Amino acid sequence: MSFPILSTLIFLPLISSFFILLSKDRTSNNSSIYISLFSSFATFLLSLFLWYSLDLNTSEFQFVEEKSWINNFIKFKLGVDGISILFIVLTTFITPICIISCVNSIKIRVKEFLIAILVLETFMIGVFCSLDLVIFYLFFEAGLIPMFLIIGVWGGPRRVYSAFKFFLFTLLGSVLMLVAIIVIYWLTGTTDITQIYEIKIPKEYQNLLWLAFFSSFAVKMPMWPVHTWLPDAHVEAPTAGSVILAAILLKMAGYGFLRFSIPMFPIASEYFTPLIYTLSIIAIIYTSLVALMQDDMKKLIAYSSVAHMGYVTLGIFTLTKQGIEGSIYQMISHGLISAALFLCVGVVYDRLHSRMISAYGGLVNYIPKYSFLFLIFALAALGLPGTSGFLGEFLVLTGAFQKSYLAAMLATFGVVLGAAYMLWLTKRVIFGATNNSEVKKFNDVNKSEIIMLATLAFFILFFGFYPLPLMETFSVSVNSLIDNYDTAVISN
Amino acid sequence: MNNINIMLPEIFLSLSIFSVLMIGVFIKKSFNLIFNLTSLIIIATITIILTNPNNEEKIFLDSFTRDAFSNYFKILILVSSLFVLNSSKIFIVDNKLDKFEYPIIILLSILGMFFMVSSNDLILFYLGLELQSLSLYILASIDRDNLRSTESGIKYFVLSALSSGLLLYGCSLLYGFTGSTNFELIASQLNKENTGAVFAMVFILVGLAFKVSAVPFHMWTPDVYEGAPTSITSYFAVVPKVAGLALLIKFMFIPFSKILLEWQTIIIFISIASMILGAVAAMVQKNFKRLLAYSSIGHIGYALAGVATGAVSGYQSAIVYISIYVIMNIGAFSCLYLLKKDGQYKENISDLSGISKKNPLLAISLLIILFSLAGVPPLGGFFAKFYVFVSVLEKEMYALAIIGLLTTVMSAFYYLKIIKTIYFDDSGITFEPSKNRTAQISIFTSCIILVTFFLYPSVLNNIVNTLFIN
Repeated sequence: MSFPILSTLIFLPLISSFFILLSKDRTSNNSSIYISLFSSFATFLLSLFLWYSLDLNTSEFQFVEEKSWINNFIKFKLGVDGISILFIVLTTFITPICIISCVNSIKIRVKEFLIAILVLETFMIGVFCSLDLVIFYLFFEAGLIPMFLIIGVWGGPRRVYSAFKFFLFTLLGSVLMLVAIIVIYWLTGTTDITQIYEIKIPKEYQNLLWLAFFSSFAVKMPMWPVHTWLPDAHVEAPTAGSVILAAILLKMAGYGFLRFSIPMFPIASEYFTPLIYTLSIIAIIYTSLVALMQDDMKKLIAYSSVAHMGYVTLGIFTLTKQGIEGSIYQMISHGLISAALFLCVGVVYDRLHSRMISAYGGLVNYIPKYSFLFLIFALAALGLPGTSGFLGEFLVLTGAFQKSYLAAMLATFGVVLGAAYMLWLTKRVIFGATNNSEVKKFNDVNKSEIIMLATLAFFILFFGFYPLPLMETFSVSVNSLIDNYDTAVISN
Repeated sequence: MNNINIMLPEIFLSLSIFSVLMIGVFIKKSFNLIFNLTSLIIIATITIILTNPNNEEKIFLDSFTRDAFSNYFKILILVSSLFVLNSSKIFIVDNKLDKFEYPIIILLSILGMFFMVSSNDLILFYLGLELQSLSLYILASIDRDNLRSTESGIKYFVLSALSSGLLLYGCSLLYGFTGSTNFELIASQLNKENTGAVFAMVFILVGLAFKVSAVPFHMWTPDVYEGAPTSITSYFAVVPKVAGLALLIKFMFIPFSKILLEWQTIIIFISIASMILGAVAAMVQKNFKRLLAYSSIGHIGYALAGVATGAVSGYQSAIVYISIYVIMNIGAFSCLYLLKKDGQYKENISDLSGISKKNPLLAISLLIILFSLAGVPPLGGFFAKFYVFVSVLEKEMYALAIIGLLTTVMSAFYYLKIIKTIYFDDSGITFEPSKNRTAQISIFTSCIILVTFFLYPSVLNNIVNTLFIN
């Protein structure tokens, strides 16, 4: 048997969190921080190695690990393909950045915070690796525990409300998915998704099962009208929590649509396309308008996340090659951009302890480096060509135009709104008059902050100009996804 | 008497009870001695059960069965009593409950439960049940100078006596309609046309539902849980439930297997009602013990959902559920023994505020136990629920499964509320550093099992699968 690289990837952060638990530093938290940085970098390098050694010419699952888990029932099965590897790398890339950011922003219970982040990383990688529905559900739900604590213990003034809302919304959405998973088991006799792809679920069951999965993914995505937990969670979470939430947790749902909903229920996916279009368009336009009205920076970015996720669902359910590729691209790029924006907010929040837009203004005069980076991220968020944000939206809209002119037109209108709220935010925070004399005393970004932000800026620009590495990775997998979908729909 | 060895655990247990009783009568201040002897007796009984074969055999005109099923439950009863008893010792001494009768009465109730789970005859079943119930009445009011404890004992006695009466009435009806008290003979005599037997079944079910505190026969639970001393409450919450569930399953499996449909309808109702009430009523509780009472009502609802399937796989899932429930509850109650301040044991949820700062280990243990009670993966409690719902959905009982899972979300709310108090709120009381090592061991054991359960989630299933081979 070959080296179990995926299990290592999953459990490395968990094991290192035990070491942090055992480390005894009372006054400073240096050893905890070093252990967690080291282990998260090791995980990142391992995932890069995984990406490098992945055969991109096949849509088969690779590095498959299988071992008996629940007797005669469920196997602990892991594997990656061209789609999931990108999310794994995104996860392992964002985690060290979060750990660096917590050095500045987390003042109490640093050790516990690092443990929570690493445990969360384990669960997130597990979600993207699992090839069994029950294992997927297990990791998907388990992530709630550390995130609940991150929001609740280290969050802002309304943290309790937000943590509860986050937990209960997500749990409520997911229980129906659990019912669906068990029903699938009794229908097909297995929960191994590669086998379910072969067996094909009977047509009369597909719609209800699809809805059950949808209820979970829609909350997690989040789609309108169940998105309301997201702004609360984002606003109250500490910076690192917001970053993980926006960059990775939201992507689980998009990944779930690609991995489960479409291949397992192709007929239902086709049937419900209008529903998804409607909800996505509402999300894009409505939440963009809401974002315009925000006077809290984190809330504004949170609403913009909902709008961006609207493009993702729209793109996925165009079920065209461009649409799906665009969605995946959009998810990865949004992972980088939203992480960067939340980190930017975190940087000024650490200095002034206010998230209100009105508290800032004219930052460019005092902290130019920061302002420059902020501008890059804001432009990337509105989809300026040359940044990774452009390509995702462009491909999604190309896909959408092939299926529905109306939907595509309305979605394009959302791009304009996106530019409006991002530019207005930039104008009010970075430029304009300084209302607050405190701002004049700001120090520009320190070393750790510039490392985080510059790295993110580099990749946002890099993937904006040179998308090939990402495109090549998922192209074959997306092709086979669409081929299987087409054959299933035509044979119906 | 062909083979008296079949009853060896019961014989050993009764003889030891009489011996320790004598010791208690003749030696003054013998609580410690008797307490330790009790633990030894329990361990010895476990050894006897484990070393004897567990193939199915019956004696005394087929009224007493020894099989894998009864042995599993006996072991579960003994092990959980051992943990409950030992982790509460310091609490008992602190609250001046250290009368030598205390452990002896516990042993007597265990003996009653032994006869319950082994009975194959209505009379033996009723005798076992009464032996257990009488012991429990005394235990509930053991703190006799305390008004609330006495009240809870009386309350429990009155209501329980009523339900025992109903149960006995059901038994006599059943005898009248089938002409036998033996479970197998009853099973062979019953059929769907026998309306009278359905009446009898309802009465018996009421009695059993009362014992496991399922809605609508749960009224006594919160008051008794709150009023009785914590050490007794933790015993009440764990051990009699195991025995009650075993009997429910046994009744469905043998005497009522032919009128399963009627029986099933009632259990489905009871199960749904318990799940909903357990979730809703617990939300407003301020007392930790009272909250655990409602939570136990909810948990019995889930176990009954497994029983309601009327299939062997469902019974197995219910047994797995109750086993994990026992582990979680022992952990949860043991935490209460550590919340001591100025000689007083605190039991309000608000007293837990901020213990995450002063007592991080206790806080994280409670966190694990509470998330597990809420059924969040990857902890043990999730697997318990998972197996139940797998078997419920196998029988295509979609409504039951969906209601069950929605109540899981509702009940998650109040578990989260406790976690909120522990982790998010500012610190309140500083508790004395506890010297109660046995309680700490109980908490630790329970947490380790719950956390590592996902590594080998089929350990319990493998054992439980062997119980229904005959």
